[in-house]
Amino acid sequence: MNDQVIKMIVEGIRDTLYMTFGSVLIGYVAGLPLGILLFVTNDNGLKPNRLVYRILDFICNIIRSIPFLILLILLIPFTRLIVGKSYGSTATIVPLVICAAPYIARVVESSLNDVDTGVIEAAKSMGASNVQIITRVLLVEARTSLMTGFTITTGLLLGYSAMSGTVGGGGLGDIAVRYGYYRWQTDIMIITVVLLIVIFQIIQNLGTGISMHFDKRKK
Amino acid sequence: MSIIEIKNLTKKFEVEGHTITALDGITLSIEKGDIFGIIGMSGAGKSTLVRSINYLEKPSDGRVLIDGVNLAGLSEKELRKQRSNIGMIFQNFNLLEQKNVTDNICFPLEIAGIKKKEARQRAKDLLKLVNLEDKEKAYPSQLSGGQKQRVAIARALATNPQILLCDEATSALDPQTTASILSLLKQINEEMGITIVIITHQMSVVTEVCKKVAIIDSGRLVEEGFVDKIFEHPESDAAKELISGREVKYTPIERLDTERKIRIVFQENSAYEPIIANMILKLQVPINILRADTRNVNGRAVGEMILGLPGRHDKQGEIIEYLKETGIVVSEVSDNE
Repeated sequence: MNDQVIKMIVEGIRDTLYMTFGSVLIGYVAGLPLGILLFVTNDNGLKPNRLVYRILDFICNIIRSIPFLILLILLIPFTRLIVGKSYGSTATIVPLVICAAPYIARVVESSLNDVDTGVIEAAKSMGASNVQIITRVLLVEARTSLMTGFTITTGLLLGYSAMSGTVGGGGLGDIAVRYGYYRWQTDIMIITVVLLIVIFQIIQNLGTGISMHFDKRKK
Repeated sequence: MSIIEIKNLTKKFEVEGHTITALDGITLSIEKGDIFGIIGMSGAGKSTLVRSINYLEKPSDGRVLIDGVNLAGLSEKELRKQRSNIGMIFQNFNLLEQKNVTDNICFPLEIAGIKKKEARQRAKDLLKLVNLEDKEKAYPSQLSGGQKQRVAIARALATNPQILLCDEATSALDPQTTASILSLLKQINEEMGITIVIITHQMSVVTEVCKKVAIIDSGRLVEEGFVDKIFEHPESDAAKELISGREVKYTPIERLDTERKIRIVFQENSAYEPIIANMILKLQVPINILRADTRNVNGRAVGEMILGLPGRHDKQGEIIEYLKETGIVVSEVSDNE
């Protein structure tokens, strides 16, 4: 294997990590508040609001029901508007974020739903405001579950970033498609697949390890 | 003036198009410094009632006054401030599982915006009060049920409240731990003068620490007064049931074919006298003791017996007469209980 291929694969790893973590982080900027809002406006939430809940619920479900590959193509004009081009790893982050945000919102909502309602009631009985309950009770008590959700989302986006390779997204997926599929270079394809598996394992184990470390419930 | 005044409190819930009346016109006043019991079977509405005292449940009708202030008239912000003046503990402790003991106790102070250093000092003092000085760094999962409730009590007292609400606070604990938590509550009441409201379904909890009690049945207040008086003369069916206990069935009574049964209650002084033996010797009548029990009512030993009387009516009258003369409280027990 020559230097050029190695250089290409290293760049592929870099691009993959850039797309994955770039989209997961921006995705959380949108998805976390959205998830909190879903939890808060739910019928049993801190401030029930059926209209707001239904609108958010609807938007989340619509976006999540579109297959990622189709979303990727549908969003090309939008991506071009924001990034200036529709190919390359930075451009791929746009559809990844749009795909991830509603998913993250759901994951966050479900984590918050798992917080014992008794603890929320106790905080209310102490005179905590809703903002205090969210920032000092919910996000703290749910942190293990939130971190697990973060890990799962990252893994999902790693896979999706590879999928974006089919339309010139860059990264390891792009290499696998170009060399493995179009040029029949099976060795390069296998290398990229193995690398994707290794990266996935590292993310998963790191995520689980960190969330376990911060969990004070079982010791 | 009463510290807690509940006037004609009604709470209705809408459940799937039906209206359920959880509380029905309850009027109650609780004096400053009291330990007040609110007892009822599960589903009687007592949890809703205690949540009305700090307005976690907003009543459908009626008023709640704390120290003369009508809670309905307060803004959200004022209400939150008022709540920090009312501590609350729960059946499931409701501690923050991801925070250690000290941080749990500091939590209400953090919410109130008190400086960290000051809060930590307060937590230290409170841990001493509840006898858990060595657990300051422990997490709730490392504590026993009784220890968790002690932490919860310390947390509830952190903001120096005037009132402490206890919602089935001992129901998840074994009898010995229950006794230690109750004596801690009593100590807090005596030393700090905090008014304590205890919600429970266990009569033993009420007789152990409460001065006064209110009995709630199907959302209504059916009986209210001093615990010793109600223990001696329960009037409502709910009170009788709670005192005699559902778990102890009078199955032997039917088999003995006794026509008439009476419940007698005797106080410490009469407990030394062999009253039943003397009576049998004097009146020459057989008497069946169907059940006997001794209880601690506000620190006094009080004996309770269910007697089966012989068939002859004149003898029955004599027995009751005799017992009343010796200063014993006598009441009839009906069969269907």
